[in-house]
Amino acid sequence: MSATASRSLVVVSAGLSQPSSTRLLADRLSAAVDRHLRGAGIEPQIEVVELRDQAKDLVNNLLAGFPSPHLRAALDAVLAADGLIAVTPIFSASYSGLFKLFFDLVERDGFAGKPVLIAATGGTARHSLALEHALRPLFAYLNAAVVATAVYAATEDWGRSGVAAEDSLVERIDRAALELSVAMSVRGSAARKDPFGDPVPFDQLLQSS
Amino acid sequence: MQFGIFSVGDVTPDPTTGRTPSEAERIQAMVAIALKTEEVGLDVFATGEHHNPPFVPSSPTTMLGYIAARTERLILSTATTLITTNDPVKIAEDYAMLQHLAGGRLDLMLGRGNMGPVYPWFGQDIRNGIPLAYENYVLLHRLWREDVVDWEGKFRTPLVGFTSTPRPLDGVPPFVWHGSIRSPEIAEQAAYYGDGFFHNNIFWPAEHVRRIVALYRRRFEHHGHGPADQAIVGLGGQTFMRKNSQDAVREFRPYFDHAPVYGGGPTLEEYMEQTPLTVGSPQQVIDRTLAFREVVGDYQRQLFLVDHAGLPLHSVLEQLDMLGELVVPVLRREFATNRPPNVPEAPLHPRVLAAHAAQAAATVNA
Repeated sequence: MSATASRSLVVVSAGLSQPSSTRLLADRLSAAVDRHLRGAGIEPQIEVVELRDQAKDLVNNLLAGFPSPHLRAALDAVLAADGLIAVTPIFSASYSGLFKLFFDLVERDGFAGKPVLIAATGGTARHSLALEHALRPLFAYLNAAVVATAVYAATEDWGRSGVAAEDSLVERIDRAALELSVAMSVRGSAARKDPFGDPVPFDQLLQSS
Repeated sequence: MQFGIFSVGDVTPDPTTGRTPSEAERIQAMVAIALKTEEVGLDVFATGEHHNPPFVPSSPTTMLGYIAARTERLILSTATTLITTNDPVKIAEDYAMLQHLAGGRLDLMLGRGNMGPVYPWFGQDIRNGIPLAYENYVLLHRLWREDVVDWEGKFRTPLVGFTSTPRPLDGVPPFVWHGSIRSPEIAEQAAYYGDGFFHNNIFWPAEHVRRIVALYRRRFEHHGHGPADQAIVGLGGQTFMRKNSQDAVREFRPYFDHAPVYGGGPTLEEYMEQTPLTVGSPQQVIDRTLAFREVVGDYQRQLFLVDHAGLPLHSVLEQLDMLGELVVPVLRREFATNRPPNVPEAPLHPRVLAAHAAQAAATVNA
C-alpha cells in the first residue's frame, strides 16, 4: 500500500439531541476507523453528515422531488464515499424516521459494493437486534457491503470499563472499525458513474429493452 | 424562437375562494387560454394528457382539433403524449388526422407519464416504461414514414400489411419532441432520431437541466444529425407576474402554498431560488428566462405554465396579456441578439413555413 493512498469516509449520524449519544458513538467509530486506516498507511478523509441539520430539506425533497443544494452535497458525499458509517437511534423497533428519509433518497446504483458499518443507540440492549432486522436489510437492498460486526450501544454500555474487555462496547467498536478499514483498503477508491456522462448507446438500449 | 403555453389541465380548488371549477368550466378555460395564446401573439399551445382526476385532458387531439378550427397561426402541441400507454398506431392516426385539419400547425411531445396505475389501466406495466417508450416510438416513426408496415414487437399485436391513414400531410411527419425530466435514456432517444428534446424545467434545479440537455446535444452530434448547437431544445418555465413584484408574490403565495405539487414543501422563496419558478414583475420574468440560454445554450422553444394550482381564468388571461405585451416581445428581441446564425429555428411543417414567409412578406410590403 502506497503511503499516499487515501480513502474518503462519510459518517451519517441521525442523532436528534445535541450532543447525542448517537453522535458520540459515530465519533468513536470514525476515530477507530481513522486509526486502523492510518495503521495501514492510508490517509482518511472524514466527513460527518448530521441528519438533524438536514431534517427540513429531507421533507422538502420528499414533497418537491428534488434536493436543496445543502442536501445534494450530503447525498453526493455519501455516494462518492469509499466507506460509510451509518448510526441511528432505535425508535419503535427500527431506525428513526429521519434516518430512513435520508437513505430513501440515495441513488441505489451509487451504493453497489460500498463498505458500510452500521451502528445504533438505544435505551436498553433489548433493541440491539434492530441492527440485524432493520438496518442490515436496508443496506442489503442498496447492495452495500455491510461489515459483519454491527455496533449497538445501550445507555448502560457507556458506564462500563473503557478497556477492551471481551464484547464490551470498546471492543466491538474496535472490531467493527477494523472490519470496515480492511474492506475500504481492499476495495480501493470508488469512482462514481455519471448518469449524464456517456450514456448507453441507443442501439444497445433498444436491443436490451 | 417560439414562445407558448403548456397546460397540465388540472382541476384544482381556488384556495382563496375554496371554489372548485367544474370539468366543463376547466375544459372551456383551456380553450379560452389557447385562443388567447394566439391573440396575444404567442406561437404554441400544448396540452397535457392525463387519465385520472383531477385532470381533464384525456383526449388531446379532440381538444386540439377544436382549437385548430378556431385559430389561424397557433401551433398545437402536447405536453406530453403518452408513448407508453397509448397504442402507437392510434397516435399515428390521431395526430396525422389532426395535422391535416390544422394545416400542418402541429407537433407533439412524447413522454412516459408519471401516474403508476395508468399503466395497468391501459394494459401495460410501469416497469416497462422505458422499453415501451422505445418500442412504441420505433413503430410510430415507421408508421409515418412507410406506407405499408409489417411489424412485430413485444408490446402490441403484430401488423402485416398495415397502412396508417391518413398519411402525414404532404408526406411530412409531425415533428416530435421527447420530454423527460431526469432520464438520460430519453435524451439519448431524442438524440438518436434527431428529434427535439424538451425539459419541463419546473421541478428541477438548473444544474440538472444543464446536464441532461448537454447530454442530448452531445449525442445529437454523435448520431450524425449536425453540430451539438443545432440540436432542437425546448424548455418549460413557470411564472406569475404583476406590475410590482411584491403584488405578484402576495397574490400567488396562497396558490403556491396549497398547490398539490408544491404545498407543504419548500417555501415559495426557496422554490424560486432553487428552480426556474419566477413570481415577480415582467422584468424579472424577462431576466430569468433570458438566463435559461446560459444553462442550455441557444434554444428553440420556450413554454410557460401559467394556469395551474387553482388560478382563476381571469388571472391566467391577465398573465397572457402581460406575456404578449411586455415579456415575449422583449424575449424575441433579446434572444435574437447574439444568436449564432447557424442555430436553427424549431422545425415547422412546410405549409406553415410558407404561410409564415407569406405573412412576413405582406408585412414588409404593407
